[in-house]
Amino acid sequence: MPVKPVRQTYVNTSLYAADAMGVCSALYELGGMSVMHDASGCNSTYTTHDEPRWYDFDSLVFITAMTEHEALMGDDEKTVRDISEAARQLNPRFIALAGTTIPAMCGIDIPALARLIEAETGIPSFGLPTDGMHSYLRGAALAFDAIASRFVKNTEKTAAISVNILGLTSLDFSYVGIEDSIKAAVKAADIEIISSWAMGSSPEDIEKSASARVNLVVSETGLKAAKTLERRFNIPYVIGTPISGFIPDIIEAIKTADAEKRNQIPADKLIGDAASVAIIGEYVFASSLCAALSKHGISACPVCPLESRLKSKPADSVSDEHAISEELKNAGTVIADPLYAPIAKGKKFIALPHEAYSGRIFRESIPDLTESIEKILKELI
Amino acid sequence: MIRRLNENTAVSLNLGETPWPPKFAGGLEYSSPARGTWNIVHVGMLLPEAHLIFVCAEACLRGVVLTAAEMGAMDRFSMINIHENDITSGGMETLIIDGVGDILSRLEKKPRAVLLYTSCVHHFIGCDLPLVYKTLRENHPGVDIINCYMNPIMRKSGLTPDQLMRKQLYAGLKEQNHDPKKLIFVGSDFPTPEGELRELIGSAGFSVSEIQDFSDYDGYLSMGEASAAIIFNEAAKPAGKELKRRLGIETIYLPYNWDYTEIKAGYEKLAGYLGVNVPDYSSLEAECEAAAARALRLIGDTPVAIDYTLTYKPIGLAYFLASRGFNVKRIYGDGYSKEEQASYEKLSEIRPDIELWPTVNVMMRKTDRTQSNYLALGQKAAYFLGTDRFVNIVENDGLYGFGGIIRLMALMEDAYKTPKDTKKLVQIKGWGCGGCL
Repeated sequence: MPVKPVRQTYVNTSLYAADAMGVCSALYELGGMSVMHDASGCNSTYTTHDEPRWYDFDSLVFITAMTEHEALMGDDEKTVRDISEAARQLNPRFIALAGTTIPAMCGIDIPALARLIEAETGIPSFGLPTDGMHSYLRGAALAFDAIASRFVKNTEKTAAISVNILGLTSLDFSYVGIEDSIKAAVKAADIEIISSWAMGSSPEDIEKSASARVNLVVSETGLKAAKTLERRFNIPYVIGTPISGFIPDIIEAIKTADAEKRNQIPADKLIGDAASVAIIGEYVFASSLCAALSKHGISACPVCPLESRLKSKPADSVSDEHAISEELKNAGTVIADPLYAPIAKGKKFIALPHEAYSGRIFRESIPDLTESIEKILKELI
Repeated sequence: MIRRLNENTAVSLNLGETPWPPKFAGGLEYSSPARGTWNIVHVGMLLPEAHLIFVCAEACLRGVVLTAAEMGAMDRFSMINIHENDITSGGMETLIIDGVGDILSRLEKKPRAVLLYTSCVHHFIGCDLPLVYKTLRENHPGVDIINCYMNPIMRKSGLTPDQLMRKQLYAGLKEQNHDPKKLIFVGSDFPTPEGELRELIGSAGFSVSEIQDFSDYDGYLSMGEASAAIIFNEAAKPAGKELKRRLGIETIYLPYNWDYTEIKAGYEKLAGYLGVNVPDYSSLEAECEAAAARALRLIGDTPVAIDYTLTYKPIGLAYFLASRGFNVKRIYGDGYSKEEQASYEKLSEIRPDIELWPTVNVMMRKTDRTQSNYLALGQKAAYFLGTDRFVNIVENDGLYGFGGIIRLMALMEDAYKTPKDTKKLVQIKGWGCGGCL
C-alpha cells in the first residue's frame, strides 16, 4: 500500500515548548501569577521541562485543572472564582491567563475571562489567546507585548545611550549564567541597561523601560514588544544576540539605531546564501551565530523550525521533520540541539543544546556563546 | 540562590478534627518539582517491542516526548502533531491513519505493537476512533494496534488516565488455552521481588510471570495463558476486570497493605485459589516487629512525614509506624482510597495530632522548605520539607507483604543515616525506570 508522507509526523525528533509555557516563562520573574487554563499536564510539563528556575526560584504558576464537565458546560464562573481566590491568598502584582487546546476548541474567551478576574480582584489581569498548538515564541511574545502595552510607563529617556534587553528567556538561554554574560557584554561597551525582559530585572525596572534609547532584541520572543515600545515611546530596536565575535556589530548597531532612530538587523548582511553549515534554532540566535561564524570565514545559514516572522520563507515551511530534512540536504555540517541528531545522519553534527527544545536533558552542556565560540570553531575546523 | 515568597501559610488539616474522607479546598493547582511517579509513557514502555505514537497538540506532546527522551527511548516513540485546522477541517481520522502509516514506514524495524495515544481533543470533536483503529488494523496486519489515551480532562469522568493505561497495557493479550498452574502479576510498575508471596505460589506448584520479565512480544503474549491475574494496585482493578471479560482470566486482588491482618487475609485468599493451606506467618510478623523496633531505636523521635507517592496506602503506613512509636507528624496527599478508611479511623484515635497536607493546593508553593529535621518517606514530602533524609521510592516499589515491611524499615534506617541529594533525585521523572539524567 502506498504511504503518504505526513508533514505533522515526528519519528525521531522532539518538539519545542508550547505557547502557553512561553507565557509562563516570559513572566516568571515579574511578580505576577500565571495561570494556564488546562485540564492537567501543561503544568507539570512546564515545571519539569520548560522552567529551569522552578526548584529554586519561587514564582506563581498554576493550572485551572479543568474537567470534562467544566469544558462541556462552560463553567467560566468557577475559573474566575478559583483564580480570584488564589490571587486573594497570594496577592500577585498581575494575573496572566493563558489558554490551551481545549479552551480554544470550546471557544472560551480568555481575554474576557481576564477582564472578569480584574473586575473581581482589582489586580491588573490580561488573557492571552494561546491554544497549545503553537510554539513558545508566540506565547512569550504575546506575554512580553502585554507587559509593553500595559505596564511600561512613559519615562524620560536617559541622557546617555541605554538599552532594554528584550527576549531574554530561560527557554532560549537557559539558567546557567548566559543572561549575565549578555548583560556584561552590553555594559562593557558603556551602554546602560535599563531592564532585561525578563531575567534579572525587577518589575520596577521593567516599568521604567521607556527611558531606554534602544531596545536590543536577543530572541524573537522580544520582537513584538519591541514594536509596541517603538510605537508607544519611539524606541528603535536592534535584532541580534550578542555572540562572541558578533558583539562589536551589535554594539555598533545599537549606536546607529540611537543616532539614526532606525531599526537594525546587523546579522542580515553577514549571512551568505551558499552555506555548508546549517544552524537549527530560534532565528535571532541562529542567525547571530551564523554572523559570528562568518567572522571566521565560515558560511552558515539559519534553519528555523519555529514560526518566525523574520525568516524569508513562509512561516511553517520548515516546521516538521520532512521539511527540516529537506532544508539540510545541502549542508555538510549541522549545528543543532542533540535531539536533532537523528535527522542529520551522514552529516557532521555539532551539538548545541537548546532548553526550549530538549528541556533539561543537556542543560549542563549548554555553552555560553557570548563568552566564547571557540568550542564550536574547534569542532568545525 | 534560593528566593522565597512570603511566610508559610498553613493549609493543613488536623487529622483528629477531620472526618473521613479528608478533603482540601479545590481550585487552581500547583505542580511540585518532585517528579518520580510514572506517567503513561513510562508504563507504556513496559510493553516489549512496542512503539508509542501520541496524537496531540504541541503543548501535550512536549511532556511525553521529553519523557521518552529522558528515558533514552526516542527510538520507540513518535508523534503526530495536531494543528488548528485539523480540529476544524474534519480530517482528523485521515491525519491519524496516514500519520501512523507514515511513521511505521519510516521506522528501521517494524514494531510488533503500536500503542496509539489519542487525546482530549479527539474526545471533544467526536473523532471516529473505532473507524481509525479498524482501518489501521486492516492496513497493518502484522502490528497489534492498541488504543491508549492521554485525556487528562477525563480524569474525573470514568476511568482515570492511569487506570486506562494499566488496562490497555494488557490489551494485546490474545485468547488462548489457559494453563491452570500459571499466574500473572498485573498492573504494577515495578517487578515483584522475591518473598513470601512468590514462595507461596511456588510451593503450590504454580508459576508466575509479569510484564517486566519479558524482553520480547511473544513472551508478553504468553501471559495470556494464565488462569488468574494477581493485582496489587487499585488502579489496576479495571485491567483485571477486562482480562476476565475478554480472556476469562480470573482476578485475585491482593492490595498493598501495611497491616498484618489484611496481609494474611490476602494470603488466605490466594491459598484458597491455589488449593493449599495458608502458611504460618508468625515468624515473619516477628521479623517485622524486630525490624520496626530496630529502626525506631535509630530514628527515635525524629519527626516523620509520609507522602502518597511512596505508597498507595500512606494512611495505613502512618498507622503502622505511629502504632509502633514512630513520631509521624505529617501525611501528604490530595485524596485517599476508600480502602484507607479503617486505617484513618484507627490512626485518628491514636494520633489525632497528625497533620494532613495537600500537594497541589496553591499555597504549597509557599510552604516552608527548611524543615531538615524530618525523615521523609517519599519524594514530595522530602521536597516540601526541604530534608535530605528521605526514602526514595515511588508507587510501593514492589514492597509487598511482610517482606515489604521489613525492607521499608531497612530503607528508613538507611535514609536516616545517609543524606541524599534531594534536588537532584526528586526531579528525575519516572524513578526506577531508567533514564539519562
